[in-house]
Amino acid sequence: MSHAAHGDEFNVLKFQYEDMDQQNDSYIVGMWTFLVTEVMFFGMLFLTYSFYRANYQNDWFKAHGELSWQLGGINTANLLFSSFLMATAVRQAQLKNRMGVLMRLGGVLACAFVFLGIKYVEYSEKYAHHLFPGPGFAPEVSHFQGANLDHVQLFFGLYFAMTGLHGVHVLVGILVIGALGMMWFKGKKIVTEDYIPTELVGLYWHFVDIVWIFLYPLFYLMPNPSAGSGGGSH
Amino acid sequence: MSTTVKTEVGGMEHFHTNPELNYLTNGHSIRSWLLTEDHKRIAMLYLMSVTLFFFIGGLAAAGVRYELMSPAGNLMESETYNKLFTAHGTVMVFLFLLVAIPAVLGNFLIPLMIGARDLAFPRLNLLSWYLYMAAGTCIMLAMLAGGADTGWTFYTPYSSMYSNSNVSLTLLGVFLGGFSSITTGMNFVITIHKMRAPGMTWFRLPLFIWGHYATGVIMLLGTPVVAITLLCVIFERTFQLPIYSPELGGDPVLFQHMFWFYSHPAVYIMILPAFGVISEIMTAFSRKRVFGYHMIAFSSLAIAFLGFLVWGHHMFVSSQSMYQAVIFSLLTFLLAVPSAIKVWNWTATMYKGNVVLSSPMIYGIGFQGLFLVGGLTGPFLASAGNDVHLSATYFVVAHFHYVMVGGSIMGFLAGLHYWWPKMTGRLYNESIAKWNGILVFVGFNLTFFPQFIVGWMGMPRRYHYYYFAPEFTPYHILSTMGSSVLGVGFAVPAFYLLHSLFKGEKAGDNPWNAHGLEWATSSPPPTENFRYKVIVSDDVYDYDPVAEHENDMMAAGGKA
Amino acid sequence: MNWNLFNYPMNPPQASNFASEHDALFYAIVAQAVFFGLLTFALILWFAVKFKKGSKADRSSPQYENARMEFWWVLVPTVLGLATFFWSTKIFVDMRTPPKNAKEIFVVGKQWMWHVQHPDGVRENNTLHVPVDTDVKITMISQDVIHAFYIPAFRVQFMTVPGRYTQLWFRPTKVGRYHLFCNMYCGTQHSEMGGSVIVMPKREYADWIAQNGQVRENLTAAQTGEKLFNKIGCGNCHGANDLIPRGPSLRGIFGKSRETTDGRKWIADESYIREAIMRPAEKVTKGYGLTMPAYDKTFSEEDIMNLVAYIKSGASQSIPTSTIAAAMPGIQARDLAGKAGLNSNAMQFNSDRADATPTRRGSAPSVGALAVEKGDQQ
Repeated sequence: MSHAAHGDEFNVLKFQYEDMDQQNDSYIVGMWTFLVTEVMFFGMLFLTYSFYRANYQNDWFKAHGELSWQLGGINTANLLFSSFLMATAVRQAQLKNRMGVLMRLGGVLACAFVFLGIKYVEYSEKYAHHLFPGPGFAPEVSHFQGANLDHVQLFFGLYFAMTGLHGVHVLVGILVIGALGMMWFKGKKIVTEDYIPTELVGLYWHFVDIVWIFLYPLFYLMPNPSAGSGGGSH
Repeated sequence: MSTTVKTEVGGMEHFHTNPELNYLTNGHSIRSWLLTEDHKRIAMLYLMSVTLFFFIGGLAAAGVRYELMSPAGNLMESETYNKLFTAHGTVMVFLFLLVAIPAVLGNFLIPLMIGARDLAFPRLNLLSWYLYMAAGTCIMLAMLAGGADTGWTFYTPYSSMYSNSNVSLTLLGVFLGGFSSITTGMNFVITIHKMRAPGMTWFRLPLFIWGHYATGVIMLLGTPVVAITLLCVIFERTFQLPIYSPELGGDPVLFQHMFWFYSHPAVYIMILPAFGVISEIMTAFSRKRVFGYHMIAFSSLAIAFLGFLVWGHHMFVSSQSMYQAVIFSLLTFLLAVPSAIKVWNWTATMYKGNVVLSSPMIYGIGFQGLFLVGGLTGPFLASAGNDVHLSATYFVVAHFHYVMVGGSIMGFLAGLHYWWPKMTGRLYNESIAKWNGILVFVGFNLTFFPQFIVGWMGMPRRYHYYYFAPEFTPYHILSTMGSSVLGVGFAVPAFYLLHSLFKGEKAGDNPWNAHGLEWATSSPPPTENFRYKVIVSDDVYDYDPVAEHENDMMAAGGKA
Repeated sequence: MNWNLFNYPMNPPQASNFASEHDALFYAIVAQAVFFGLLTFALILWFAVKFKKGSKADRSSPQYENARMEFWWVLVPTVLGLATFFWSTKIFVDMRTPPKNAKEIFVVGKQWMWHVQHPDGVRENNTLHVPVDTDVKITMISQDVIHAFYIPAFRVQFMTVPGRYTQLWFRPTKVGRYHLFCNMYCGTQHSEMGGSVIVMPKREYADWIAQNGQVRENLTAAQTGEKLFNKIGCGNCHGANDLIPRGPSLRGIFGKSRETTDGRKWIADESYIREAIMRPAEKVTKGYGLTMPAYDKTFSEEDIMNLVAYIKSGASQSIPTSTIAAAMPGIQARDLAGKAGLNSNAMQFNSDRADATPTRRGSAPSVGALAVEKGDQQ
């Protein structure tokens, strides 16, 4: 195949591009376009969420009490910190500081694992309380102060769907960041000579972070609809 | 050959392949096809797979048509019938129409037309074909395991709580197909933005590219929504995670909103590339620059934009509010305008041209005729007042077949005939192709025009039998007769095109004497598309009908 | 207008007030479509012949852009489109706005039959009898999947959706028998889900109601609803006045504005009342606590329609002494569902008893949820 014809190991320019500028531009635009599709992807779920929350605010308020705002809060801070680390990692990549990048990517990975660990604790607790929707859904009735349990189930349905999908994105993020870290570790020219791959991974990670920043208040911090406008959550 | 291109030899030496080889001969192993990153080979892979699925979907359609020939419904069980029309809809929409023109012709031609060596992300392109094949496999497996019976629209709560058929696997297939579509769309949009050859400004782009750009945008914005919507239905079926089920406080109509938010724009994924094809053909075979280039280009973008704002016209008689329906109706009427512009601009292109009635042009004119009917029956359904009666009847069935089959498939056939010599380097039998074009046109009208009448009389869609309404019978008989003609019309090209591969005359680089970068390279093109550096200095469609006419007259005079 | 193809009709009968105005619009669009379709396609063919390569036609000064011409062909479809839009919207709004005094008929769609309840208590399946020249409003709901209630001869159609009421209305203008279809795919026997609409002269209709009414003890929907109201013991909390602290009186609330504890205001229409019965937690009236259990697992759609009809009629009952203490505060919906079992009883009860109107297709068991009646007979 002709594509192998340019197997020049120092040349990271792909066959179809004229020069590095064109290639990098395409990658960056490509990443942003991908993120646009991700926004539409999550957007549909957010829309569904808003629709049902508007209809069932009382029941959902009662249901959301089951979620631990403390654990969610720790995870939010955790992800925000990892995003900060990611941004500095990109800066280090621009400076071609290999150790600096590796340290920071390691930090991001650690945060991601902590995030998933906390999520695991939260999920298993919900599961143990029979809050996972479906045939096994059998919550402690007294916790919900007479709320319609179907709507509680709907709440947890969306909770698991949305945070689960976000969790899958975190998992993918771990894989991608891990792969990027390996390339830095091995000193591959494709990452060390050019900060663009690091920046692309960074963009993805910030997106994952932003989705959580919306998820956290929507699920964990609901105002009491009966308390009138401006009512606080806790 | 073409005057459109100035060439400069040199540059990118290390990318050059053996000048004896083209993309088809560059590597013969199965591996060299299945792991190819060449957009042209991927387009050929797509061509083979969409053809396969087209005939599978067509067989299902034949089953449906023959069953409806008699009112009694005695050929098969209702369950079988329901699975057949579901298979027909699912395969045709998700495995053929959404894919055919973009992934075959678009994939092949976009880099050639803009003077690039490949799409921006060749590996992603290959991935999209594998995703597509995975989607096809899931849907086929679901069919083999007994099939789904929900209709291709998968309306909840029937699909989520009531149907006992293989809905989840089918949905998984559609979900995967969605990602194939997203990756294709991303590739197109970024390629068109970033990979144009020097001098290829936006307004020198062929209208085919504009059509595909608009298509790519729709794929990017619409497909993720339907993907996650269908995923939710899968969750609801498998984990009983409640999202749309009314028994758990969910809203089944929300599903319809989400579904049509994608599936209406998806109609434009099917038809906008066909518009692009027709723009190319009308100008190439009128030997005249397309009339109102800017208007056609912008109307594609207008359709892509407005296409996202009209989904509610599928739901005039579902439970959306009256005011909502009125606004959707208004926007739908506005959406008719850009389509009308296109048709009239194509017509004006022929005026004072030198019209050559080659087979692509015959298919192209056939497209115009059928799309006109499809387009002009749109206002019946855009009128909320009329749609109350016509909604979900055979009138709708006929309308969208005129647009989808008459528009999209005729466009696909026209494009395939036009670019076949470029893709394969061979010429097919021109006179069979011409007569077949007319046969498809006649067969199509015979099949679907009676459906307008029977729909207007009130025949509901997706009915297995209608013994209680014998007045519908003659129209169904006509329709079934027509579908046999149409079936022949669709099968014949498979034979003569395949035949041309082995026995066809060598086409030469530019058999139609057309302008455009794709005609400036050899046929079939080399793997790197152009053996020289492409710099564009002339406008698009630089035909000169006056000079050409004078030449014709001189030649005729010389003979006399 | 009546056109034929080999003695087969080419258009549906016109049998309602909407038919003629709908058809006028339809034919107007047909005229537009035929005009523009033929004009454009004729031009295409004509150009293809006249400007065929090598023909002698004049090709001097070809045009590639012509702003004035393109302006016209933007303007013409826009103006025609808008005109059609306003015309059709007028019809649509008319179709979606039932007149105040229309005769109300309840319809429940279920796989795969239509169950019809006349206000006079007569019930029928897959057949709808209506008097000619009378405004009829159909209030519909589905018990399972989405269906669509479609009468081609009347040019009316609307979906029936589980979980909410939808409505359509018409005024039949011609005596006769017409098709009734389900026009939203609803499963295996979708094609079977239909029957006839029978438009009768007013007097015949009255006779028909009377005859069938005798078989049916002649209970109106509101009376049936009252029976159920008493049976379940709704009056234990919803008294004749607001003196009972557990729940507000329902007397004459229909159409009035209600405020719920979260401060939102509602008009007490059919959907509101239905919601309040099925999912009371959502709409707790201001000043009251949530003591009422949810009844969404208990009642069939027919039951609720009857209850709504009763509350609509004013709910001016004498306060009964209830024998079933189903309205105990704090009881949960799921527990109640098992206890009541009204639906299954009702199915059995009704299938024992042949429907007054023979169903046209097959012998689908007639359903209805008058568990109350069964209780009374025992």
